[in-house]
Amino acid sequence: MTAPTPSHAGRYPAGRNAFPHRDLLGLAGLAPHELLFLLDEAEQWVELNRQRHKRADLLSGLTIINAFFENSTRTLLSFEIAGKRLGADVVNMHAATSSVKKGETLIDTALTLNAMRADAIVIRHGSSGAVRLIADKVDCPVLNAGDGQHEHPTQGLLDALTIRHAFRERGESGEPFNGLTVVICGDILHSRVARSNIQALTTLGTNVRVCAPPALMPAGIEQLKVTPYHDFDAALAGADVVMMLRLQLERMHGQFVPSPREYRHLYGLTLERLAKAAPGALVMHPGPMNRGIEIDSNVADDPAISLITRQVEMGVAMRMACLDVLTRAARGTEGWQ
Amino acid sequence: MTPAPLTIVNARLVLPRGEPVSGAIRMDGGQIVAVGPGVVPLQGDFTFDAKRQLVTPGLVDLGVFAIDKPAFHFGGITRAALMPDQGPPLDHPARVRFAAQSGKPGLWVHPLAAATRALEGNEIAEIALMRDAGAKAVATGREWIADSGTMLRLLQYCAMLGLVLVSHAEDGGLVGSAVATASEMATRLGLPSAPAGAEALAVARDVALAEMTGARLHIRQVTTAAALDLVRAAKRRGVAVTAGVSPAHFMLSDNALAGFRTFLRLSPPLRSEDDRRAVIAAIADGTIDTIASGHDPRGPEDKRLPFADAEPGMAGAETLLPMTLSLVRDEVIDLTRAFELLAATPARLLGVEAGTLTVGAEADVAVIDAERPWIVDSDKMAASAGNTPFDRQPVQGRVTALFKGGTQIV
Repeated sequence: MTAPTPSHAGRYPAGRNAFPHRDLLGLAGLAPHELLFLLDEAEQWVELNRQRHKRADLLSGLTIINAFFENSTRTLLSFEIAGKRLGADVVNMHAATSSVKKGETLIDTALTLNAMRADAIVIRHGSSGAVRLIADKVDCPVLNAGDGQHEHPTQGLLDALTIRHAFRERGESGEPFNGLTVVICGDILHSRVARSNIQALTTLGTNVRVCAPPALMPAGIEQLKVTPYHDFDAALAGADVVMMLRLQLERMHGQFVPSPREYRHLYGLTLERLAKAAPGALVMHPGPMNRGIEIDSNVADDPAISLITRQVEMGVAMRMACLDVLTRAARGTEGWQ
Repeated sequence: MTPAPLTIVNARLVLPRGEPVSGAIRMDGGQIVAVGPGVVPLQGDFTFDAKRQLVTPGLVDLGVFAIDKPAFHFGGITRAALMPDQGPPLDHPARVRFAAQSGKPGLWVHPLAAATRALEGNEIAEIALMRDAGAKAVATGREWIADSGTMLRLLQYCAMLGLVLVSHAEDGGLVGSAVATASEMATRLGLPSAPAGAEALAVARDVALAEMTGARLHIRQVTTAAALDLVRAAKRRGVAVTAGVSPAHFMLSDNALAGFRTFLRLSPPLRSEDDRRAVIAAIADGTIDTIASGHDPRGPEDKRLPFADAEPGMAGAETLLPMTLSLVRDEVIDLTRAFELLAATPARLLGVEAGTLTVGAEADVAVIDAERPWIVDSDKMAASAGNTPFDRQPVQGRVTALFKGGTQIV
């Protein structure tokens, strides 16, 4: 079940060289073939997840710890299902609401998890770089499930997988990324989802436009090979995919944005606005959505336009692929020792 | 307790002016009594053979956050101006008096009085009482003073008392909770960042207020091209402003942040490569007057954290000298100017009779092997913590002997 399908032979180096990293901390710096390898690996799990019997025993006997230092429902659930469908013992640690947040405790927690001999640790933390800090202290593969405003690599991968699936279902063959135009709109400054998507999509040859008011646009963003826009209508012109980001409501009210309704006025994705994009343009959102603010319900709920539930589906498959690939060395998979 | 007369012979003397000259320096009663090419030991003097090494004034470190004698002595520092950011802050005469005694005899600590009570930036502290308890200057601490009215009255008061005000120049409103300079690197890493202009904005205001009041303002760290331009222009107008910097800002730029290493979490944060080059140019043209360590040893409880959660600061006392000597090797400055930056000017700002090898000055003297190579190692520092941004970096220049008030301490 793990062997790459024969049609992919030659797309990337054999065995471990296809993805020669112990951890998945971010998508920055990954080569195009490494990203495509992970996407290809996820395809089998998309298939499996659509069966009635959704279970592979690949990771049987392994322990995966989901250590979430920041609240999460969707990502945690997605990782939990992914691990369980691969047959691993999955344990969730919710450290978000307790006092286990700062200080030595973070390193101590890492050492504790390590001493429990986890075979992979999935970490979400509210501070950029925190997951890397933990990864440096443990002996097993670490997956970043979101660190501060830095990266959320499995989200970037699942979004790429979602785009690829959508375009292939329209009958396009090969990789759709090269030459595609994707708009990412919203709070770019604070978004790790935006950063991981920018890294993945630009590496795969996509034209990425980012759109936000100046207060939510990070400095030097054009150095990441994207085109910044403040005018959403201009950004949408000719776009093939529109990714909306969640607006943190607590950031509204004066500091970054005057009000939710003013934000919607300039950056809300309505059907009328979407008409400015390329015909057949697709809409994505990492969830959870603020309906009626950054996205209207008639956009989000139209299956002909919206890939939002598809993203969730691809999320499980993508995380299964990442857990599989990163535990291959420990499992003694041929070519991965 | 007065040390016996001592003469350091066979020295290459770094004097206030000119190239280093061969000669000797004689100390008696804790003071320098003779220095120069023709000086010879008198009958009964102890003699110390410098073996052609540099003999320089002991370093006067303007703005340290901890009294860390082993690190200061390793780095050739005989006097350190202690920032008021202590626990509790130096905002009370008794604490100032205690701090002023805390390093003797091997190290003289010159306390900097807190400009405002509890360093909160609101009420002006008892500066005159602290001056008379031993404070050598006044400092705003790690933060700037947000209220311009408070800053104006503070500068007027310092001017009246004849004390320099040492300020931290970052506009607090722009900085907020930032831990990096807004830039491509901060964006890539997802670190909270503030525009580099936060420094120029603060410098512009503080220079304007210094100009209005005639006060002597020392901006402890000026790290951006725009702020340095403001200082340069103010000096040209005759404003009594001086500027300092620490080696991190002429050695490193924010490119170094890529690994999220918290030893590089500094205040102000590391700047762009262009700003780094502007700092070097400002050292060369005299816009920058002092180089200080900002010595702030921080253990794992403050540093082994995610970048944004870590405390700012670096252990800098041991690397202050070699990093400054690298500017001499790169021909940015000459040796005389290096010790003006490291000793003479800081001593002048503090109003202490030290910092130069001149007759009548305190006999604070360092013997330096300027060429000796060594490797900075955060695991083997003399400092109470090894949070150096220069870990594993090969450097040159090491203190081989140190005299405080005519007594050998290293």
